[in-house]
Amino acid sequence: MKRKDFLYLTGMGISASMLSRIPVFGSPVLPGHDMSPVDVALKKRMADVVLNAARAKGATYTDVRIGRYLNQFVVTRENKVENIVDTQSYGMGIRVIANGCWGFAATDKLDTDSIAKAAELAVAIAKENARIQTDPVQLVAQKGHGEVSWKTPIERNAFEVPIKEKTDLLLSVNDAAMKGGANYVNSILFLVNEQKYFASTDGSYIDQDIHRIWPLFAVTKIDSKTGKFETRQSLSAPRGMGYEYMTPRESDKIKSVTTLYKDRYDMVEDARAAATQADQKLKAKSVEPGKYDLVLDPSHLWLTIHESVGHPTELDRVLGYEANFAGTSFLTLDKWESKKFNFGSKNVNIVADKTQPGSLGAVGYDDEGVEAKKWDIIKDGILVNYQAIRDQAHIIGLTESQGCCYSQSWQDVQFQRMANISLQPGKIPMGVNDMIKNIEKGIYIIGDSSFSIDQQRYNFQFSGQLYYEIKNGKIVGMLNDVAYQSNTQEFWNSCAAVCDANDYRLGGSFFDGKGQPMQASAVSHGSSTALFKGVNVINTARKI
Amino acid sequence: MAILTEDECRAILKKALGYSKADECEINFGGSDSGNIRYARNTVSTSGAVSSTSMVISSAFGKKLGVVTTNEYDDASVEKAVRLSEELANLAPENPEFVSFLGPQTYAPRSKTFVPETAAITPAIRTDMVGQSLKIAKDNKLIAAGYLDNSAGFSSMMNSHGLFAYNTSTNVNFSVTLRSEDGTGSGYSTKGFTDVSKMDTLAFTKIAAQKAGGSKGAKAIEPGKYTVILEPAAGIVLLEQLYGGLDARSADEGRSFLSKAGGKTRLGEKMVDERINIYSDPSNPDLPTSSWAGDGQPQIRRSWIEKGVVKNFTYSRYWAQKQGVKPIPNPDSIIMEGGNATLGELIKGTEKGILVTRLWYIRPVDPQTLLFTGLTRDGTFYIENGQIKFPIKNLRFNESPVIMLNNLDALGISERTVSGESGQNALIPPMRIRDFTFTSLSDAV
Repeated sequence: MKRKDFLYLTGMGISASMLSRIPVFGSPVLPGHDMSPVDVALKKRMADVVLNAARAKGATYTDVRIGRYLNQFVVTRENKVENIVDTQSYGMGIRVIANGCWGFAATDKLDTDSIAKAAELAVAIAKENARIQTDPVQLVAQKGHGEVSWKTPIERNAFEVPIKEKTDLLLSVNDAAMKGGANYVNSILFLVNEQKYFASTDGSYIDQDIHRIWPLFAVTKIDSKTGKFETRQSLSAPRGMGYEYMTPRESDKIKSVTTLYKDRYDMVEDARAAATQADQKLKAKSVEPGKYDLVLDPSHLWLTIHESVGHPTELDRVLGYEANFAGTSFLTLDKWESKKFNFGSKNVNIVADKTQPGSLGAVGYDDEGVEAKKWDIIKDGILVNYQAIRDQAHIIGLTESQGCCYSQSWQDVQFQRMANISLQPGKIPMGVNDMIKNIEKGIYIIGDSSFSIDQQRYNFQFSGQLYYEIKNGKIVGMLNDVAYQSNTQEFWNSCAAVCDANDYRLGGSFFDGKGQPMQASAVSHGSSTALFKGVNVINTARKI
Repeated sequence: MAILTEDECRAILKKALGYSKADECEINFGGSDSGNIRYARNTVSTSGAVSSTSMVISSAFGKKLGVVTTNEYDDASVEKAVRLSEELANLAPENPEFVSFLGPQTYAPRSKTFVPETAAITPAIRTDMVGQSLKIAKDNKLIAAGYLDNSAGFSSMMNSHGLFAYNTSTNVNFSVTLRSEDGTGSGYSTKGFTDVSKMDTLAFTKIAAQKAGGSKGAKAIEPGKYTVILEPAAGIVLLEQLYGGLDARSADEGRSFLSKAGGKTRLGEKMVDERINIYSDPSNPDLPTSSWAGDGQPQIRRSWIEKGVVKNFTYSRYWAQKQGVKPIPNPDSIIMEGGNATLGELIKGTEKGILVTRLWYIRPVDPQTLLFTGLTRDGTFYIENGQIKFPIKNLRFNESPVIMLNNLDALGISERTVSGESGQNALIPPMRIRDFTFTSLSDAV
């Protein structure tokens, strides 16, 4: 997959040309084709062939992942179904340690000879690379789980929902936007099912069935007189859920300046609002640059958490494994060792959680056979932990892995990926209106848009979908051309309040990118609306 | 899998097409062998090898299209895949934007896209190439993180209207970041080639080492508008946002930086400095690419921006038909014409300015003005009176490549470089640009 593909999707600008860049793995499958997982006994037999073949060639550790990855994209614009793509990719990835060094090989030829040969190639690569290796791999101990399984707790398998139900929904979304005055609307439903089997020489045979769903739209409004255009994108979140996410439920709606959504999404209602708001954006006042108090909705704040907390606390970045690409981290080991590094204000409590129901990162076990868990990252503003995998755990004195290992497919090697990283809600009862009423000069930001952060995660710049000006405790109108810039530590220390648990929601992305070759990972970030004092806002309007 | 010859591909494709009962059928068939090594903390971290092939069968009945991919090539499997694509087409809703497959085409002679020595790279050769890079790091007491990958592949296509196309290609890409042991200096170098004999990992790592050593003790300067020299690896990440965005449909629909009031576009208008010439040419010896696009259209030398004027948009076959113009495929190679100055000469001719090695985390801010934000990284230096005076702290910019190319001061010699954002190769000159907009300082090294 090309990095460019990620950029377009992670930017979540889903104009027509951008939709065509969505990465598609594997081969299409017929609608109605049997998509139930491959027989576990067969997978175990194949795994044992590989484990034995690698051991015979001198591997001291081997794990094998047999993966069947299903994707479905339903793509529409205005009154047209543009594309329905079903893909599946099925194959095996083999990772070994030989002469103290990692080796990896992958194949989609799954006969006994081919998989044994792939195991031998993985060992040969490990031995070749061992010539230039200085520190042998140290794996922290992991007990075997025997034969176990785990499944995302879904109510309705989205892959089993008739295509017509999905296209009807998207076309009614588009209809709502067009009737609301939009010039263009693109909508998409993106479904993922990872059927993955893991076996290792530790004695684990783990079968998992993971489901994810992401509905998205972009509404465009053009002022033909001036040639100006604005878009308003959906306020949905990608979720580790089934099709039940698409059935609106009043109890999951938060009525603010626009309706916001918790565990159920009303896509038609959101599209109707988007058409009106895209028009309002065209007429909105251009922001006066300066310091503002920012009220950040979870539909926006998730991405700031992702970039400024999630990434710098990844141990591979801290250690330098990503120095050539995704970058390193300002949260160096000495800051963690001091036990007093002031990452944020007392209001900042951030947890890593691979068990959170409905989240994208929720699994039973990670891709090296470690059970999912939950732990503190930032406690009362202090950095207390990182995110690690088996070959890093010893470096921070852990006796077990935190279970953050993931690979995007059978043909890519697994490595450390971000857990769900979430800001914990405030303990004092507080809603967004309570927060706004005490603000003299502020901006309320909803939805995510542009995002950029340096390679050590100090300096960042973010934009949103909707900006509302707050003056003397009241929302007075819409703003445009807003971006805020800050430094991670300064920003989190300016966190003056976090709304209570009633406001807590998940945001996230399917396309967190890292590694060479680049791999995508799906991750959620939860929060309640939070207040940040005196943040620097710039005006992004230019002329060409 | 071995690289199949033209005759082998033709025979397999002819047989596969023989099974088709659809109104029309098109088959793309290709494969590649690739390998990589990743290293960090001065030692190898992960590596791998992937071998894969695929045959993509597209069957159409009227405007209903079915597409199936297979990687099994015995007669029964291929026939089954063709039948599946036909079943899928029968089940599909009508696609109003479907355009009938092309008839036979005439392509320019094949460029030298395949170099046998690159195809013959083994795990041992990769290890040796990385070993050279690690040696430079250790000799200079620096910490290396890098990535080397290579691939060799073939691609072919045939359809029921008589079109046939075939090509082979090889690539090798390398990038390395060297950091000082105390984390206060960092330098970067990247290169991509078709021919592995040009890939001197030792020499390219030396460049990164010089930058890492030279960037220690960086000073902060005030953000603002500065003259910058963007090295090719820095310039490409902004330029690709411009030449990658020349889509006619979004311009015509009024939602692109190329759109104008009243439904008009900038096609044929002067948009940037008249010294800017950007074109694509599959036969360029430094960046040879295929003479045909994935849908069978010929790839020819084509000007995109000439003397600052927007000469061409890309048109999908559907949009071209709707607008009554000829379709223009997305190019595989981009060449920006340079000048005669070396990077050193550009520096010498700079009174006050900033030398930028790499730009990073490029994200769109405003699609209307093509405004992007991002940061400098891995080697940023202050220039005064024609000399590099001292390393400076990294800076965040907010700038549009359209504005940037209007503020052109001077161009250096074009060279093949790799985008650290998209991974694409292009020929890009170093550029000296006036009034490049930096908006804040970063503490990142």
